[in-house]
Parts: sequence; structure tokens; C-alpha cells
Amino acid sequence: MAGNAASLARKGETRFEHRSATRDPLIVRVLVLTVALGFFAIFLLLPLVVVFAEALRKGFETYWAALVDPDAQSAIRLTLLAAAIAVPLNLVFGVSAAWAIAKYQFRGKAFLTTLIDLPFSVSPVIAGLIYVLVFGAQGWFGPWLRENDIRVIFAVPGIVLATVFVTFPFIARELIPLMEQQGSEEEEAAIVLGASGWQTFWRVTLPNIKWGLLYGVILCNARAMGEFGAVSVVSGHVRGETNTMPLHVEILYNEYQFAAAFAVASLLALLALLTIALKSLVEWRSGRTQSREDAP
Amino acid sequence: MSIRVEGIFKQFGTFTALDDVTLDFPKGELVALLGPSGCGKTTLLRIIAGLETADRGRILFDGADASDRHVRERQVGFVFQHYALFRHMSVFENVAFGLRVKPRARRPSEAEIRRKVMELLDLVQLAWLADRSPAQLSGGQRQRIALARALAVEPQVLLLDEPFGALDAKVRKELRRWLRQLHDDLHITSIFVTHDQEEALELADRVVLMNRGQVEQLGSPREVYAEPASEFVFGFLGSANRIEGEVRNGRLAVPGTDIALPVAADGARQVTAYIRPHELAIARGEGDGIPATVRRVLELGPLARVEFVTSAGQGYEAEIPRSELAGLALQPGEAVRLVPRTLRLFPRDAA
Amino acid sequence: MAAAHASPRVLPGFGLTLGFTIGYLSLIVLIPLAAVFLKTATLSAEQFWAQISAPRAVASYRLTFGASLLAAGINAVFGLVLAWALVRYSFPGKKLVDALVDLPFALPTAVAGISLAAIYAKNGWLGQYLEPFGIQVAFTPLGVLVALVFIGLPFVVRTVQPVLEDLDTEYEEAAASLGASRWQTVTRVVLPAVFPALVTGFALAFARAVGEYGSVIFIAGNLPLVSEITPLIIITKLEQYDYAGATAIASVMLVVSFALLLVINLLQAWAAKAGRREG
Repeated sequence: MAGNAASLARKGETRFEHRSATRDPLIVRVLVLTVALGFFAIFLLLPLVVVFAEALRKGFETYWAALVDPDAQSAIRLTLLAAAIAVPLNLVFGVSAAWAIAKYQFRGKAFLTTLIDLPFSVSPVIAGLIYVLVFGAQGWFGPWLRENDIRVIFAVPGIVLATVFVTFPFIARELIPLMEQQGSEEEEAAIVLGASGWQTFWRVTLPNIKWGLLYGVILCNARAMGEFGAVSVVSGHVRGETNTMPLHVEILYNEYQFAAAFAVASLLALLALLTIALKSLVEWRSGRTQSREDAP
Repeated sequence: MSIRVEGIFKQFGTFTALDDVTLDFPKGELVALLGPSGCGKTTLLRIIAGLETADRGRILFDGADASDRHVRERQVGFVFQHYALFRHMSVFENVAFGLRVKPRARRPSEAEIRRKVMELLDLVQLAWLADRSPAQLSGGQRQRIALARALAVEPQVLLLDEPFGALDAKVRKELRRWLRQLHDDLHITSIFVTHDQEEALELADRVVLMNRGQVEQLGSPREVYAEPASEFVFGFLGSANRIEGEVRNGRLAVPGTDIALPVAADGARQVTAYIRPHELAIARGEGDGIPATVRRVLELGPLARVEFVTSAGQGYEAEIPRSELAGLALQPGEAVRLVPRTLRLFPRDAA
Repeated sequence: MAAAHASPRVLPGFGLTLGFTIGYLSLIVLIPLAAVFLKTATLSAEQFWAQISAPRAVASYRLTFGASLLAAGINAVFGLVLAWALVRYSFPGKKLVDALVDLPFALPTAVAGISLAAIYAKNGWLGQYLEPFGIQVAFTPLGVLVALVFIGLPFVVRTVQPVLEDLDTEYEEAAASLGASRWQTVTRVVLPAVFPALVTGFALAFARAVGEYGSVIFIAGNLPLVSEITPLIIITKLEQYDYAGATAIASVMLVVSFALLLVINLLQAWAAKAGRREG
């Protein structure tokens, strides 16, 4: 514990504030803090506060009615479903990609890593569009799908696909640097001691990456539940059927049901806050185990 | 178990790590692979373990070809340079790991595992740390736990990669003695990699000197130190004065002068001469020897070290007993003669 | 791409994991993305040019890229100030501020969009105070800018913050001991050290802003030629079943995105190299 506190002091802002060479003059400090916190308040804090204030503007009953509305309920279910499919898929992918990239040397590794990041640099609208081009009525598989009476676009599968696309890199990009940094020595030690590949993965690798994994899952889930643009393109906006929560917010807003729109939005904002809280918790936990390991 | 490596060749990209290495490691011996970094010693160790595959060549365990045997089946104990202790497991679980991952049919009972692990922890004198996590151990303790973990699977061979590399000087010396004792008790064929000549000479039964992917010399510590087979070995083991000169009429011509050769040499050729500091005598007055001035006298321990410089700017170093130094009463700036009692000549290309 | 050393590997699973990785990547990302270019290829050059150079499209590029650039610039300045405050000063509520910097990552864009619209509408939380000065934010290009500043901020803060944290106090102490003033120390020692990270953060914020849709459309007003962003044009064309037109514009955006990805990769390599040199 003592080592922990010492490392905190070494790391923290006191290191800068207590040394004359790195201490800013009072006037500078006041100015920087005013600008920083003012900017923070207007651009980050205010939008958050407004969501809840607007949601409760017409009283708690209106708020509650908006949430128990059958269309809202179905939107919540669809959002949960999409995340429940997209997150595990990308979890398996993330672990698999990180294993291949971090544990082996092969040509084209850097290129592969860049390709994995690709969905982050593609506009969500284009993420929706590409599936329309593949599965839509005029798309590659459109005629075949129509013959077999399968709907992908303007239906749930399209929403799931778009969600998988936009959350694709989250877990992989969390795990790749983590596993690269941990190296393969522990895995090699396990193999030398007679462990099989699966035993090595479950007993040695997984416990070592669990915090990074959880971190990635939290971020992946937040994006999966909150995605708007991509899902909007492939959804078709059928109330009670192909509406996710963010799409439901849009519909209510465009119908001038502002209080109801903000009520549903407030659920998503709560999700965002929960995400941030969990994320901080994971950072704190993993950071703590990290510094404990560094201690001796 | 005896080990033989035969014609091992390994390349990483265009870099040749091992160039046709053939070596025998007799049963029960403790052998050091010694050389500068990048000489291929760690690669050779990893190939013996099965962690790396050679491009060409064979590995024989007790005469049987083990080249294609998976590392899991080679029954080697490997101690990693940074120990590779499983950071999320206790010390006990680390040592027990090799027993727990055995196929069910061959896995010992829980009680048997406990007995075995505690026995090993006793052996490395760290039973009291069984419940700690690796992060709570000192470097030397981690090293011993890594060794206990490797021994748990009853290996036929023990391989150690820079076993003392990450430790400070004092712990290093203690552990060295302890490892030697452990080896004398267990008599497992052991190979360790090191770049520290003192460590290799003090600890090993036999030393393999490697340079640029090739074996320079193989022999007992005394042999390799006293009879270096190559210029590289002479330069790498212990300190040495190195002079470039020419053999002419049984004398050695060096810049500024020529001296009588204490060893037989005929013909005329370009050579590099190596003289150990303790083989350099200091004389005064007229006579044979290399004229030099005293630059610095260092009196530390039983041997004193004296540094000289010639008029040509070449530096020399001599080691003499303190008692002898007192008799000489050398003063910095004083002119003396340096007379090699013995030296070793290696031919030099007249490039 | 996959072929590597022929030697068997100690750790098992290379073929399985790499195979799955490439297969899944191809199915979900690469093949569908290729559809954009294949679809675009069905257009003649004149058709393609007509689509991407239509006045409405050109106006949207100007808005999208202009506002993104400006937003990234604003974020670079204020993000640096915020990161500085978070790393260097202690103040009450700091942990909370630090955590909430990630809000734009976590808050669904649609929620941010309607909230920003409620703030900057004429009768909104801030809009009502700006109105008397003749400043209209919502439903103008200025609204687009505000939304893009919101979503881009964490990119700059989170890229600059760790670099500032890792900066050893010794550099500044060395500068001070050599007689540099505080201003000289900051501008000549500290800022050059964080500059690569700052540029990277700027590029990340810019790349994100270019493709942004959800948070913008609620506040933009979406007037053709005035406040219509490029992603919205794609959606509008899709709703009119003009797939070819939508795809043509999308291919332009994709090319820009890939170029940005390349630039960002180079920047990150540069920043990493600079970081190693410092360390």
C-alpha cells in the first residue's frame, strides 16, 4: 500500500505543483482552469444536464408513460437484442485477432491491424449503405433473398449487421496492444510445463487479459446500444418492429413529442453514465493491480 | 540424459543466428553457453527446449532424434530470463501448474500435488512464501520459484536463460553458489546461457564459448581460460593487453621498439599479441621490454592494478601483488620497462 | 498475406485464429465495403462526375470538411487546455471532470443531437441569450460546428493527456536551470514534446467529424446548399432509391476516410517515435 501511495504522488499533479520549475504562476493557473472548466461545462456537462431536465419537464408521469409505451418497450428490446448478438460476436473476434496478431510474427501484420480499425474511420451512414448494397432489394443478394422470403434490410438482421460493423474494432483494439505488451513468455512457460493450447489460453492468457477484455466489452456495448446513423439506414423505421432506442428518440422528436423523446434519451444517457462509471472502475482496478505488480 | 545438437542452422530473416553448430552435453553436467549478446546462445537454448525450430540440423536426447518432438513432450525444465511466473497465480499455484495440466489419467491427486509442491518449495527454501503472489517477491525469490516450477514436472534436462541476468550483484553471487549446490544434489543435465564470463567460469563444469552463431571453444573453465583457442576467446575471457606487431627473427616488433619473445616463433608475419595483466612484469633500468610511463596506480584488494602508457600512446595494464608493489614504489610519470612473462600470438591478416 | 515462417509454432492456434480473423473481417467489413466501389463502377465517368460535382454535393463537402476542420482546430486548443488542467492542477471534482471527458464517446449521438438542439434553439437554454445578439446557432452551419466540437473533444484530450503525464519533470527543471523563463520552457520544451500527440488528436477529431451524422442532423436544420452535411445527402438519395447517386458520394467519402486513416497511422508512428526519443 505504501508503494502505491508513493507511486500515486509521483504520478499525480502534485509532482508538478510542488516543484518550482514546473509550477505555473497563480494567474496562469486561474486562467487555464477557468477556460478548461468553462469549456467543459458548456460543451460536455450542459448537454448531459439538459437531457434529464427536458425529460422531466412535463413531470414524472409523462416521463414514465413515455418509457412504458409499447413502442418504446419494443425499441428497448430490439436494442438489447442487437447488443446481445453484436458484443459476443466481436468479443470472439477480438480475442481471436489479438491472439493471432500479438502472439505470432507474420508478414502483413501491420496492414491487418489497420484493416481492423477500418470501421472506425467509415461514416456510420456508409456502414448502413454497404449492407443495403449487399442485401437490399437492388443489392447483390436482393433477388435471392426475396425469392426465399428472407428480409435483411429494413428488418432485424440488417440492424444487427450494422451494429456489428460499427462496433467491430472495439475489443480487438483493446486486446492487441495489451497482449503484445504482455508478450508470450508466460504462455511459453505453460507449454513447456505440459499445458495444451486451450489450457494455456484459459488458465494463463485469459486471466491476464480479463480487465482489458471487460474494458473493451463495456465500450463495445455502449456503442452497440447507442448507434444511430448506421442503424437508421437499414432499419426502415417501422414502429414497434425495427426501431431501436436511438431511432425511437428520433421519431418522437420529429413528432414534436419532446418530453417523450428526452425521456427515452435519458435512459440512453443513463447507460452512458453507467458506461463511464464502469470504465473508470475497470481502469482503477486494472491500474491498481498494475502498480502492485510493478511495486517490488 | 545426454544431449547432442548436430549441424544446427538457424536464420531470422537475413540474420544467421546459428551457423552449423554441433555440440555434446554429457549427462549430469552443468554447461554454460557463454558469449556476447547476439551470438546465438539463447537461440540455441530455445531450440534445445523446442521453443524454436532449427532450419537445419538435429537434436538428440540420449541418442534418439527429438527434433520433431513438441516442447510439451520434451520433458525439459525451462527457466525464463524474466522468470515468466504466472502473475495471477500464487506461488503455490505457479509451482503446481505443471502437475495440474497433466492429462487426467496421469494427473496426481490433490494431496499428492500439495505434497510435491511443498517439497519443492522446501528445496528452494521458500515454503513460507507459498501463498504470496509473484508480484510480492524479490527478484532472487522469483528466480528460485521459477526453478521450483520447472523442477515440478521432473525434467530430464534443465535449461536456464540468463538465470541471474535480472538480479543485482550481491544476490547474483549468492544464487550462483546455491544453484551449483542444487545441481550437485540433483545431477540433472543442465545448460545455462550467460554473457557474464565470471558466472560461467565459476559455475559450470564445461563452458561453450560462442560468437556470431558459431562455437569458438568448448572445454573446462580452466582450459578455456588458460588455453584460449582463438583471439575472440582470449579477448572475451578476462582482461588482456592487446598489441599489434610483427614477428621478425624470433623477436616481436611493436611500435617504437622490439622485444624478445618468451614463446617460440619462427618466420616473419603480422601478429596480434595478447598478454594477461598478471603476466606483465615491471622492470627498471636498461634491458629488454617495452618502454612506458606509469599513469596510475590503483591499490584495491590483494592485487594492485597499474596503468601505463607508451610514447606511441598505447595503453597497458599490469596486475601485481600488493607486496610486490610496495617494493617497487612506483610513482606516476616514472619511466619503466614492461616485460611479458608469457604471451599468445594470433596471426593477423596484413590488410 | 498470412504466409510466414514455415516452422511449426510453439503456441498453437495460429491458423485457427488468423483464419477466423481474416474470414470475419472479410465478411463483415471488406466485402461489403467493396460493394461501394463495385456499385460506383457501374456508373459511367460522366454520370459519376455529375453526381459528385452537383452543386448540392459540393456545398455539402464545403460544410462537412470546413466545419470538421474548424471543430478539430477548436478542440485542439481547448482540448490541450483541458488536458493541461487535468494533468497539472488539482481542483475539486477533478476525477468527475476527467471521467466525463469520455461522455461524447459513451453518449449516443442522437441523444447528443437533440440535447444540443434544445440548448441552442432560439428559445433554448443558451439560444435565448444568444438571440438578442443576432447569433443563431441551431439550424445554421454554426450548429453543425457545435455538434462536431462536442463529439471531437475527447479525441484530443485523450491523446494529449497521457503524453503530458509521461513528461518527466526533469525536462522542465533542466530548462529552468539553464535560465529559461516559464513561458520559454513551456513553448520550447513542453509543447514540442506534446505536439505530435496534439496533431494526432486533431486528425482523429477531424476524421470522426467528417463522417458524423447523428449528433449533427438534429441541430443542423439540413437546408440544402446551406446546412446539409454530406452523410445526409447519402441518406436522402437512398430514401429516393437513388442507389447509384448515394454510392457515388459514399465512394468519395470513403476515399477521404482511407486517406485520413493512412495519415493518422503515419502520425501515430511519428508520435510514438517522438515519445521514445523523449523517454
